[in-house]
Amino acid sequence: MNIKYKKDGATLLVRLGGDIDHHTAQEISDGITRSFRRSRCKNIVIDFADVSFMDSSGVGMLIGRYKETEIFGGSLAAVAVSGELMKIFTLSGLNKIIDCYDNARLALAALRGE
Amino acid sequence: MENKFSISFSALSENEAFARMCISAFLLPRDPTVNEMSDIKTAVSEAVTNAIIHGYNGKEGMVDMRARLDEDTVYIEISDTGVGIDDIAAARKPLFTTRPDCERSGMGFTVMEAFMDEVDVVSEKGRGTKISMTRKLRG
Repeated sequence: MNIKYKKDGATLLVRLGGDIDHHTAQEISDGITRSFRRSRCKNIVIDFADVSFMDSSGVGMLIGRYKETEIFGGSLAAVAVSGELMKIFTLSGLNKIIDCYDNARLALAALRGE
Repeated sequence: MENKFSISFSALSENEAFARMCISAFLLPRDPTVNEMSDIKTAVSEAVTNAIIHGYNGKEGMVDMRARLDEDTVYIEISDTGVGIDDIAAARKPLFTTRPDCERSGMGFTVMEAFMDEVDVVSEKGRGTKISMTRKLRG
């Protein structure tokens, strides 16, 4: 699993790569939480373009990050969610609380209110 | 022609990826669709995660996985000899979790049921749990 972070105004852009399962979810959660607090951002955008697999461990990880952005009055958005991952998003209802975008540019523009 | 395999591995979280790789490699010669492969890998990942987190609760143990593939259907069994499930009907409900302290969604059985054609759970307190799943491959 690899995680890359980039700050864009009030949004922390997180690019995940590899598998999201019970083995990696805790490390991802801890990493994002640490960077988010340090960044003083209020929104998180997670880019799934390089994610090869996600099971329901990813749902818990995402709900946790959603709650963190909520504390700061921000939002959590997802980018490049594949058809396979979207099945988990829909089944768990994640798609109702997390807006999904085709690419990071669109997500960042939406969060800036453009 | 029927094909089958049986493996046993330590209840360590790093073996979740190992179990997914095993089932993928086993199914690959049958040329399943990307969708079928992904669904089956996800269901296996959920069942193995259940055995590791709930069956053994972080303690040492072994997870057994066996699979059989006949003409068009894959049969998978994942079992542990851990603590067993108190109330199977409750455990199968969406969002049910015995670990609210962790970031667990309680969606494991819901995902297995959505992604496989049949899911059967047999569990005995103190003896362990066996999850049996089948999925027809349409290729």
